[in-house]
Amino acid sequence: MSKQVKALVITGYGTNCEMEMAHACRLGGADQVDIVHMSELLHGEYRLDDYHLLNLAGGFLDGDDLGAGQAGAHRWRYATVKPGGEPLRDQLYRFINDGKLILGVCNGFQLMVKLGLLPGFERRYDHRLVSLTHNDSSRFEDRWVRLRVEPDTPCVFTQGLDKLYFPVRHGEGKFVCAGEGVCSLLQENKQVVLRYADGETGEPTMAYPANPNGSPGGIAGICDPSGRLFGLMPHPEAYLHRTNHPRWTREELPEEGQGVLLLKNGVNFIRDNLL
Amino acid sequence: MLARIEVGLKTRINDSFGQATRKRIAADLQLAVEEVRTIKVFTVEADITPEQLQAAAAGPYCDPVTQDYALDSLARRQELAFDWCIEVGYRPGVTDNEGRTASQALALLLGRPLNDQEAVYTSMQYLLQGELTRGQVEIIAAKLLANELIERFTILDHREFVDQGGVPAHAPRVTGGDQWRVAEIDLNVSDETLLQISRDGVLALGLEEMQVIRDHLADPPVIEQRRGLGLGEKITDVELEVLAQSWSEHCKHKIFNAQISYEDTVSGEKTVFHSLFDTFIRAPTAEIRRQMGDNDWCLSVFKDNAGVIRFTQDWNIAFKVETHNSPSALDPYGGALTGIVGVNRDPFGTGMGAKLIANTDVFCFASPFYEDPLPARLLHPKRILEGVRQGVEHGGNKSGIPTVNGSLVFDSRFAGKPLVFCGTVGIMPTLVGGQPSEHKKANPGDLIVMTGGRIGKDGIHGATFSSEELHEGSPATAVQIGDPITQKRMFDCLLKARDLGLYSCITDNGAGGLSSSVGEMAEDTGGFELHLDKAPLKYPGLQPWEIMISEAQERMTLAVPPARIQEFLALCRRMEVEATVLGTFTDSGKFHVLYQEQTVACLDMDFVHHGLPPMQLTARWTPPIHPELELPAAPNLGEELHGLLGRLNVCSKEYVVRQYDHEVQGGSVVKPLTGAENDGPSDAAVIRPQLDASEGLVIAHGICPKYSDIDTYHMAACAVDEAIRNAVATGAGLDHMAGLDNFCWCDPVQSEKTPDGPYKLAQLVRANQALAACAVAFGVPCISGKDSMKNDYMMNNVKISIPPTLLFSVVAKIADVNKAVTMDAKKSGDLVYLLGTTYDELGGSEYAARLGGIGNNVPKVNPVAARRRYEALHQAMTRGLVASAHDLSDGGLGVAAAECAFAGNLGLDIDLGLALAEGVYRDDVLLFAESASRLLVTVAPADADEFEQTMAGAECSRIGVVTSEPVLRVSGLNGETVLVERTEDLKRSWQHTLAF
Repeated sequence: MSKQVKALVITGYGTNCEMEMAHACRLGGADQVDIVHMSELLHGEYRLDDYHLLNLAGGFLDGDDLGAGQAGAHRWRYATVKPGGEPLRDQLYRFINDGKLILGVCNGFQLMVKLGLLPGFERRYDHRLVSLTHNDSSRFEDRWVRLRVEPDTPCVFTQGLDKLYFPVRHGEGKFVCAGEGVCSLLQENKQVVLRYADGETGEPTMAYPANPNGSPGGIAGICDPSGRLFGLMPHPEAYLHRTNHPRWTREELPEEGQGVLLLKNGVNFIRDNLL
Repeated sequence: MLARIEVGLKTRINDSFGQATRKRIAADLQLAVEEVRTIKVFTVEADITPEQLQAAAAGPYCDPVTQDYALDSLARRQELAFDWCIEVGYRPGVTDNEGRTASQALALLLGRPLNDQEAVYTSMQYLLQGELTRGQVEIIAAKLLANELIERFTILDHREFVDQGGVPAHAPRVTGGDQWRVAEIDLNVSDETLLQISRDGVLALGLEEMQVIRDHLADPPVIEQRRGLGLGEKITDVELEVLAQSWSEHCKHKIFNAQISYEDTVSGEKTVFHSLFDTFIRAPTAEIRRQMGDNDWCLSVFKDNAGVIRFTQDWNIAFKVETHNSPSALDPYGGALTGIVGVNRDPFGTGMGAKLIANTDVFCFASPFYEDPLPARLLHPKRILEGVRQGVEHGGNKSGIPTVNGSLVFDSRFAGKPLVFCGTVGIMPTLVGGQPSEHKKANPGDLIVMTGGRIGKDGIHGATFSSEELHEGSPATAVQIGDPITQKRMFDCLLKARDLGLYSCITDNGAGGLSSSVGEMAEDTGGFELHLDKAPLKYPGLQPWEIMISEAQERMTLAVPPARIQEFLALCRRMEVEATVLGTFTDSGKFHVLYQEQTVACLDMDFVHHGLPPMQLTARWTPPIHPELELPAAPNLGEELHGLLGRLNVCSKEYVVRQYDHEVQGGSVVKPLTGAENDGPSDAAVIRPQLDASEGLVIAHGICPKYSDIDTYHMAACAVDEAIRNAVATGAGLDHMAGLDNFCWCDPVQSEKTPDGPYKLAQLVRANQALAACAVAFGVPCISGKDSMKNDYMMNNVKISIPPTLLFSVVAKIADVNKAVTMDAKKSGDLVYLLGTTYDELGGSEYAARLGGIGNNVPKVNPVAARRRYEALHQAMTRGLVASAHDLSDGGLGVAAAECAFAGNLGLDIDLGLALAEGVYRDDVLLFAESASRLLVTVAPADADEFEQTMAGAECSRIGVVTSEPVLRVSGLNGETVLVERTEDLKRSWQHTLAF
């Protein structure tokens, strides 16, 4: 196997953030980054098996008709690859079983929960136990939010990070568990990775607009128990350079945006464990 | 089977959409409802088993974590308490995007495509709890939840609902005959009948135009030719519709190309202009390009769907702004959604095709707090605002194009017709297949290919309907609903086709549909042959003329060489984009249309495109004289400032801005909201289209219809100046800046309905004169534009004409985005400068409006002095000497200073006595006059000397200092403190007005 870290960004059917996601992967150190249209996957021109990092980027799959990511998840579940007819989901589960990484941002996170990739309790990646529903405000909103990275989570993307600042851009980002038990298990397993935080105290908050959607406990992102599958509502790929920051003209900021840090972690993990 | 699937949130989950609906019922209709729950309904008409129906309900249509579903009534199953049920669904044939996605999901589940008889339709059930009468529920349904033009609703009270077991299944399928026919119309009739034919057919053709058509058909060689093709001496409906569309004001810009006799009654001067467009728009651009010489970065101006300029060595930029006013008046959501996805197709269909990187939007409405009775057929301005806002939200956000710049302008006359300007910027490689990308050309023998959506009855007569005033008979079919996802899928596919070199020409299907797109592309080759029966339809029953001019959305027309057609069609199939060969481009000189091999239209290309004689119009300018303003003896300046900040034209538009994604694509550098708390008003947007390069684009606009009440010359000059100033304030230079002009006028053609036509036309002439003078003086060429000339409302003898409006949009290159500047004060101790001179110019100002008047002293632009000032400021910015810069516009210095201070969470201490002014003797005039070409700038003390040297001779006065105490403090002309306000309070006044 070659020693190259290969990242795949899937686009098509309403994905919108593929370009900046691919840029993030490059800045994070991936050696090969391909933006691949869903139809190219479905015609066997590209295969998930050839990559280490799968990016499910933001957008509006199928216009978010039927609910965010809902129709997109349905496609992943039922579509087959021509010729041959291999179910696409087989490639996906093989990818996961091989210990590779999946990063889902916004619509990608919505897709992951609607496919049941998250929370992934007991390595079951087709069990829908959590979801993302309409913001309490009932509005789509674009605003930057402060995030607290929970300590000691297995998430490979957030190792060594504690505070992040990214924009949210969604109408359906309120986290919902199927029941109390699911929520406690998420906490127990340390699968809650990011929480919306108060600007002053840095503590998780329920107060709007610091918590933009009313997510309980301020949950903004979760991972699977292995930490290799990570989904989050805020957009790390929207903060790759200091000039992306809303106050770059008035604050001293490092050249590199915080979004790059997540990808660097992912790429380093791949280098250390998968090559 | 015909069945319903009802899906709703589990009862333990908060129904935020229901709650928002309840709030709007209270706020907009003043009706108290205790609770609203919502249920999504899928009506499935398909040949499937009950098990398959169940699988669809449980699978793609329902989220098991948050939702329940029922195959009968979910309300009953969930035991919801409610008093009334309103169910809203689309009328037959109206675009139902979610229904389309639901159909595709069902097909995937079944493992087979749905046939023509099968479909899924969506509707929304609202369950209301509260003491309401049926009449009140009907008001809620008709005035808020449904637009009866495109939707129908059912109302049931609780008992009726229970008795019926819920709402019965109903599929809004289009039913129509399969019989097609082509009507022949006799034009050898009286003038009166000719006009009647035009009126009844929504053709918007005038008598003279009808006569030209009649005479052409009577020409013996024409008769001879037609006979050869099996056509009679009468014109076919297809032909008449084609001519009406091609010659519509919307498509032909007859007024801008008219011969106009203009008289200025003050100077007595009389002039004849042969075309406003050639004289005042095209010629100045040519002049500026001549001056640029070898550095001319204009690549394609006025000839394509968008203007194209060079950006970098490897990339070009295309920019276009359109309006979608008339449809937005009837159906604000669908109209605006179609407006944005429609203008997306302009840069996409420019040259060989551009990738879309930014949207802009400017809306003109009446006050959302409008309380007077509304004339017939007009929707309440709040409803229009909300519908338009949401339409652009869905169009822009779902397409993945950031909405980076825009504004909201308010005037009561926009109740008659709202203005909805939507713009799109695209980027394209300088070379495609080794050829300049801005060029395209169809060749004889190329195939006519239509891609994307299918054709339905939507948008029929859009071009002609927007070429007349809004009236009783304005057709509902003119309204369409855009489908951003189908369009995005097509764009993904066509960009690949472009890079593979699979087509030779591309254009969009907008106004006029195939008639316009194919007709225009065929000008390259000199003819075409089009087979309408091959066109894919949404449903059967369309007549040939309807297929020809339908403006059904999401379609592009391409010219594909026969050698590449198989490859092109295979790519489209693979990417699930419908593509159909409809005919061939020829050099026959004929506009030739067939249906089932029978000729249904055959016109000379030359007659279609050049057969229309220019209009002859008269313009007479007599300046209006308004009563002079009565200024208060001792105004409380603090109170006045708070009042101005809260005015609709000044206040924060954060409510709208936040609901648009302005950062997607990752290139956001200066966002619409900026400052210490991310909520100050940016003057312009800066984006970085190539994430690994430092070059960027600055995008800004200027618009000030309020000055039209005094003189449209100064209205236009101020709009151009404001656009350029906004861009300069954010870091753009003038040397690489292009403009777009969008004129929205009230009908300026004298007639019975428009006795003041000559005055309105003179207003148009004057605005054009100003545009030309400013473009040349600033060296900013117009590269594209559009006009919309019939923005009037006429019903039951009530006429409302909009104030004449010019939107001037600019796009400029900034060499290094790291040099961009924002408007917020940065540090205490920084020095405050006012650039430009203030005059006694309160005419048309916000302050004047607050005092209930208009006045006469309208702000006047001196573009030569302004250019010098802007160039000096740009130099200072390039050297990194400027901490903040903010343009002075509505509300003048007072508003700009307040915004600069509160955006920075700092204070400003300024002395009016230090400001450069001429003929100003009052503090309120100095604070609130809207004199043009002024900016408020802050500079770090260490940079002050160099800044002042750079600005020497550019009317720069140091008027104060930034303070750490967050207070705006103003010393008056007599040296006393005349205003002390906490910035926090000023900000609250600015934010509360539109905090919906």
